[in-house]
Amino acid sequence: MKWSEFFVTGEPLIYAADVAIVLTMVGIVFVLTYFKKWKWIWNEWLTTVDHKKIGVMYIICAVLMLFRGGVDALLMRAQLTAPNMNFLDAQHYNEIFTTHGTIMILFMAMPFIIGLMNIVVPLQIGARDVAFPYLNALSFWLFFFGAMLFNISFVIGGSPDAGWTAYFPLAGNEFSPGVGNNYYAVSLQISGIGTLMTGINFLVTILKMRAPGMTLMRMPMFTWTILITCVLIVFAFPVLTVALALMTFDRLFDTQFFTMANGGMSMLWANLFWIWGHPEVYIVILPAFGIFSEIVSTFAQKRLFGYKAMVYSIVGIAFLSFIVWVHHFFTMGAGPEVNSVFSITTMAVAIPTGVKIFNWLFTLRKGKIRFTTAMLWSLAFIPNFVIGGVTGVMLAMAAADYQYHNSYFLIAHFHYVLIAGVVFACFAGLHYWYPKMFGHMLNERLGKWTFWLFMIGFNVCFFPMYFLGLMGMTRRMYTYSDGLGWTPLNVVATVGAVLMGIGFIVLCYNIYYSARYGERDMTGDPWNGRTLEWATASPPVHYNFPVTPIVDDLDAYWVMKKKQGGFQVKEEELKPIHMPSNSGRPFWISVAFFVAGFGLVFKWFALAIAGALFIVLGLILRSFENDDGYHIGVDEIKRTERAARKGA
Amino acid sequence: MGEAVHRYDETMPLEYRTEENRLNILGFWIFLGAEVVLFATLFATYLVLFQRTGSGPTAQELFQVKDVLIETLLLLTSSFTCGLAIFEMRRGRLAGLLAWLLVTLLLGIGFITFEVREFIHYVHEGATMQTSAFLSSFFVLVGTHGAHVSLGIGWMIFIIIQLLQRGLTVKTARKVFIVSLYWHFLDVVWIFIFTLVYLLGMVV
Ligand code: HEM
Ligand SMILES: [Cu+2]
Repeated sequence: MKWSEFFVTGEPLIYAADVAIVLTMVGIVFVLTYFKKWKWIWNEWLTTVDHKKIGVMYIICAVLMLFRGGVDALLMRAQLTAPNMNFLDAQHYNEIFTTHGTIMILFMAMPFIIGLMNIVVPLQIGARDVAFPYLNALSFWLFFFGAMLFNISFVIGGSPDAGWTAYFPLAGNEFSPGVGNNYYAVSLQISGIGTLMTGINFLVTILKMRAPGMTLMRMPMFTWTILITCVLIVFAFPVLTVALALMTFDRLFDTQFFTMANGGMSMLWANLFWIWGHPEVYIVILPAFGIFSEIVSTFAQKRLFGYKAMVYSIVGIAFLSFIVWVHHFFTMGAGPEVNSVFSITTMAVAIPTGVKIFNWLFTLRKGKIRFTTAMLWSLAFIPNFVIGGVTGVMLAMAAADYQYHNSYFLIAHFHYVLIAGVVFACFAGLHYWYPKMFGHMLNERLGKWTFWLFMIGFNVCFFPMYFLGLMGMTRRMYTYSDGLGWTPLNVVATVGAVLMGIGFIVLCYNIYYSARYGERDMTGDPWNGRTLEWATASPPVHYNFPVTPIVDDLDAYWVMKKKQGGFQVKEEELKPIHMPSNSGRPFWISVAFFVAGFGLVFKWFALAIAGALFIVLGLILRSFENDDGYHIGVDEIKRTERAARKGA
Repeated sequence: MGEAVHRYDETMPLEYRTEENRLNILGFWIFLGAEVVLFATLFATYLVLFQRTGSGPTAQELFQVKDVLIETLLLLTSSFTCGLAIFEMRRGRLAGLLAWLLVTLLLGIGFITFEVREFIHYVHEGATMQTSAFLSSFFVLVGTHGAHVSLGIGWMIFIIIQLLQRGLTVKTARKVFIVSLYWHFLDVVWIFIFTLVYLLGMVV
């Protein structure tokens, strides 16, 4: 490879990005040095094993990735606003829709959800941390460096351009000769390993570390959805691991898995991808259901309606999610028998989903509803998500799908479920748990501005796409000719996208504004909450609970408040608390993953092997480590508790 | 992470005595669940592709019965000796534990040696990973298992060193137990490889 090919050249946008990246890095180094914050960032953040801080880092990354993916989206909308536009050329457009899709699902939705679950789940079950705090840090840093590796592709070497689904033979060496799809294969692999470890970690945490008395059927609904999500992760992600490994072999070592000669089979990729890919969309939507359940019940000030039915329908959805994957390629020659079976299983998903919708509605019925920002997002979710679900059932009819498949109708469907489902949930959860994370509220007025701008913008942007699809506009086309009649609806869609962008900017301003002027939460329970996370201070002290709470019903904290006026801690009951030590190793092991991955992308195998050796070294050092953590003494707990509870 | 971590429960086997150990062992079982899915995917891939030999040799033309039988024998025996190691550990005998772990290790190394020989032989016949979809999936499936065994060998060496340094403690007992779970798992996978790859390959 020549150096002139190493850096992406020839595009003014790319040069601007180069400058922006260099300036940002210089800026970060300068700020950290000027304010003497290097030690702080290393000790408090880069080496932390505290689930709350790890959660915050996940969410910060997710918001940054939302920005990156959003810029991609606006570029695409700009190009499609009018016919025969020359803003982006075909190749550039291909790269942008590929990175948009990949980033939004894997580097935005996933970390946002995982961030919230890191912060909330241990608190909700009354635990002091997750089962494996060190592993948790490793998961985060693997995600982080996987995302970094993916993101540098657009200035170094070139971005992937075969779609987020990376279908073969397009994604093979023959049709995608550059390094772009190597980036895809390797960076998703690295962050995928992190996700798998998160799944195992939270499964053990939820199964084994619940407070005494919290039986499975007394778990908060969010924790339930995370439990099932982790099962999905453990069963789905290894399939992605294998699929990406085979892709890597095909691209780097010229094997014949998905090629068109020597027996290769490109449909095998499509199958493997979607056997992971369909459960993956449920991995992000189930936690979203959990978030809405918590918020709806808190702000309707009622116990969740049909708790058991909710649990069974999550389990049902999770089960069904593994037997529907063929609906993504009804048109690719599976034959009527196979298509019919998968058509029916797909439609069946609507049944448990419908049960959940009705349960939320019945929770609202006769509730004393408080229209907070978090609640607005949750209320808006219901009708918008139903539109996405109903069009999903339309797509599920195999015969009809020949008409809809890969048109803008499909694009509208999955944005209605992913944005109105997952993104609304992330924003709702952010507003709801923000005081728990940072000790102050997000401003409600600005929050409502974001809500209305984004929610209206979303509908203006995506509703017309259903009709564009029916009018014949296919996905992934970079331009279209005049006279097709598509122009007006495309202009409308772009207006909607801009509204969403403005909504996002207001959200960022809100974060800044609230940090400076936002109302501080002194009580730890600003919303009159029902579950145990509200029994801690805001933000919680690092060991979460001075003594382990005892649970004797659903909505544990609500019941505590009714019976004892809150979470009572008697100082004579305090005992020393054992905590895990910080470690810098997860960070540098992940750096080694990044280096090894970079070597693989460019086929610089010496570098890849060097990175791999460092990874092994890290694992050996971990194995020989003899660190049992440390204990916090009773006196220190007393002091911390008095300081934290001063406001209450 | 509670006070419970340091309370010992004397009625349990050594490796189950602390809460931390119990969490680790459960976590490892779940990890093995994920490994089952991983190998299941590789098996599925192999079964889809194994008759797609392109211009390369078929399974029947290629496979080396003798090497494969020796490999099978070595690995199955190593699983048995690994079980004996745990048996000695349960009785609190460090020397017996070390001896059986060492035997397990040597059998494992023997297995890998024969497997590498087998692979080299195929490559000399002109059957490489690049030849056909059948061979790509064969090398990746069997190779992934081999890589797991190699990793297990390295891992076991470091655990033996720790046993020598620290003796049989609650922690080292847990590590031995977990590596033994891993080792038995690889044995089970090999049984599937033996039947679905080699036996099937010799008849179909
Ligand atoms: C009642 C529930 C649902 C049904 C019946 C359903 C049905 C379908 C069908 C049949 C397709 C394939 C259409 C085609 O390619 O022609 C599809 C695509 C898709 N669905 Fe859904 N869906 C449902 C819910 C969801 C949810 C909850 C999500 C995510 C949170 C989701 C995300 C997606 C995505 C991302 C795609 C397209 C991916 C691509 O081709 O790039 N769906 N859906
Ligand atoms: Cu699907």
